[in-house]
Amino acid sequence: MFNSSEIEAFKNVWVFCEQRNGEMMPTTFELISEGRKLADELGVELCGILLGENVDGIAKELGTYGADKVYVYNSPLLATFTTDAYTKIIVDAVEEFKPEILLFGASTIGRALAPRCAARLHTGLCADCTHLDIDLNNYQQFLRKASTLPEDRIERTKSVRLAGADHSVARDLKMTRPAFGGHLMASIICPRFRPAMATVRPGVMKKRENPRKVELVHPAFDLKPEDIKTEVVEVVKAAKKLVDLIGADYIVSVGRGISKDVEKGLALAEELANELGGVVGASRACVDAGWIGADHQVGQTGKTVHPKVYVALGISGAIQHKAGMQESECIIAVNKNETAPIFECADYGIVGDLFKVVPELIESIRAAKAAK
Amino acid sequence: MKIFVTVKQVPDTSGTVAVNPDGTLDRASMQTIINPDDMNAVEAALTLKDELGCKVVAFTMGPPPAEGMLRELMAMGVDEGVLITAREFGGSDTYATSQIIAAAIDTYGVEPEDIILAGRQAIDGDTAQVGPQIAEKLHLPQVTYAGEIRKDGDVLTVKRILEDGYMTVKVHTPCMITCIKELNKPRYMNIGGIFECYEKQVVTMTYDTLKDHPLIDKSTIGLLGSPTNILTSFTPPQKGAGIMLPGDGKETTDKLAGILAAKHII
Repeated sequence: MFNSSEIEAFKNVWVFCEQRNGEMMPTTFELISEGRKLADELGVELCGILLGENVDGIAKELGTYGADKVYVYNSPLLATFTTDAYTKIIVDAVEEFKPEILLFGASTIGRALAPRCAARLHTGLCADCTHLDIDLNNYQQFLRKASTLPEDRIERTKSVRLAGADHSVARDLKMTRPAFGGHLMASIICPRFRPAMATVRPGVMKKRENPRKVELVHPAFDLKPEDIKTEVVEVVKAAKKLVDLIGADYIVSVGRGISKDVEKGLALAEELANELGGVVGASRACVDAGWIGADHQVGQTGKTVHPKVYVALGISGAIQHKAGMQESECIIAVNKNETAPIFECADYGIVGDLFKVVPELIESIRAAKAAK
Repeated sequence: MKIFVTVKQVPDTSGTVAVNPDGTLDRASMQTIINPDDMNAVEAALTLKDELGCKVVAFTMGPPPAEGMLRELMAMGVDEGVLITAREFGGSDTYATSQIIAAAIDTYGVEPEDIILAGRQAIDGDTAQVGPQIAEKLHLPQVTYAGEIRKDGDVLTVKRILEDGYMTVKVHTPCMITCIKELNKPRYMNIGGIFECYEKQVVTMTYDTLKDHPLIDKSTIGLLGSPTNILTSFTPPQKGAGIMLPGDGKETTDKLAGILAAKHII
């Protein structure tokens, strides 16, 4: 009988390897790389779990990033994601092989699937993590850099009180994530149950090659059409190529400041983005006004980005917007209002009308590049 | 036919967010609002009610003042509110929360033609976990990220929005659907509704109401029953103020481009 509280019975780090249409999602490689780090810190194996139809070919790709083993489940019933089929296979696999950690990408699939699995397995799940640690020293080093906590509070993170006793978190997965729109960060643990589960924000973990010979395992499984209570009628790719904000090194975003002449404002942003080799983002106000597609939205309800350069044009810098871009390496803000909150997080600020400043900036950048 | 909507009262993160010295959130000093995605779930329920004349029941878990939020929803057209409130439920993580709300919905009674609607996620925790976990505890199928819902008899056709497009999913009632802002535009309270909302019923479910339900056990609810624990919470260091470049002319942008080139940013 499976019991998620028998901590000692669980071993190895697992990553749910998300594929769509037989193609591995890029986040999977990020998670395999991060999983490798965690497995090394625990001294255990890193395994992928891959569901699909005829997916042995792409399973082998996982060895490049450090997977020791991939549990592959092939079935026509698994070709397209359904919550019911995927939950059943993953829960059955966890009960059979007992991994101590199970990671998912925080995609529309991962965030539908992981909570369902955690609820059925009776274990904890932490959503949308941006940082993961096993090693306590590494974790405390991370806190010294990423928090304003005093040293004595950092020191105290080595254990928690559980049922009246001190519990060492040395072998617990420390899952750190933003909350309240990025105002607060929290580190979560799942000390009493296994596997410790997390969904991980796409684009945050770094993909690192770490080639090894990967072993494919094909466990027997039981899945019937009647296990699936939903019917996927069609899967439609967006006709227009969606903008890849998460992978972009340069983002030029527009805000309400373009309202005077939306078309021209967008054209200027586009031109500047092209000059930098980047893409156009937008604040929620622009998306809600219908000026630009929702795939361009940066912020708490849009995408969280961390490009090399983020240019904010006519964006006041509401908290929800900052939550999505404040981790950018270099932030440049142009705004007419010198008290706009965006200047509080900008590395370089120019107070002025974007319709005047942007054409000048494009010219200056061209000249600077030519002079190199 | 009934539609259950789960709603949450959350601190308004678009206003000033106050943090206590110990790194926890100073909730007392913050305005509360109805979680935005939940408003889309409420609107979806009311749209179906306009069409089919069904009953809409809003469920929330929280401290007693959350009743005010339920009255607001009733002024919009929700027929009944259920407030789940007890000290024993405090400190619950998503697992424990969904366990309690599932028990409350089950106690109210789910019939074959019923639908449960939830917002995609709450802006305080941003987990998107409670909807699917309620569905799991009630053994109901789920469709998340609904951008369109159509109902024909006992079959719902849902447009499930993905990162790179969408999928169309058919599901039978009873089921759980989580709603996103693209689904609709929430309506406002109306004057008649504001008068009527105090005549409608708010049912309070406490620990005593739910304690005999199979999902409710001291070991699976509240702080002690939550599988996850907070190890620590903290605020990120404030980024130092940047450089404001004087002027808005070509010499200013030249200077900026010069800095970027020197730093090999361009």
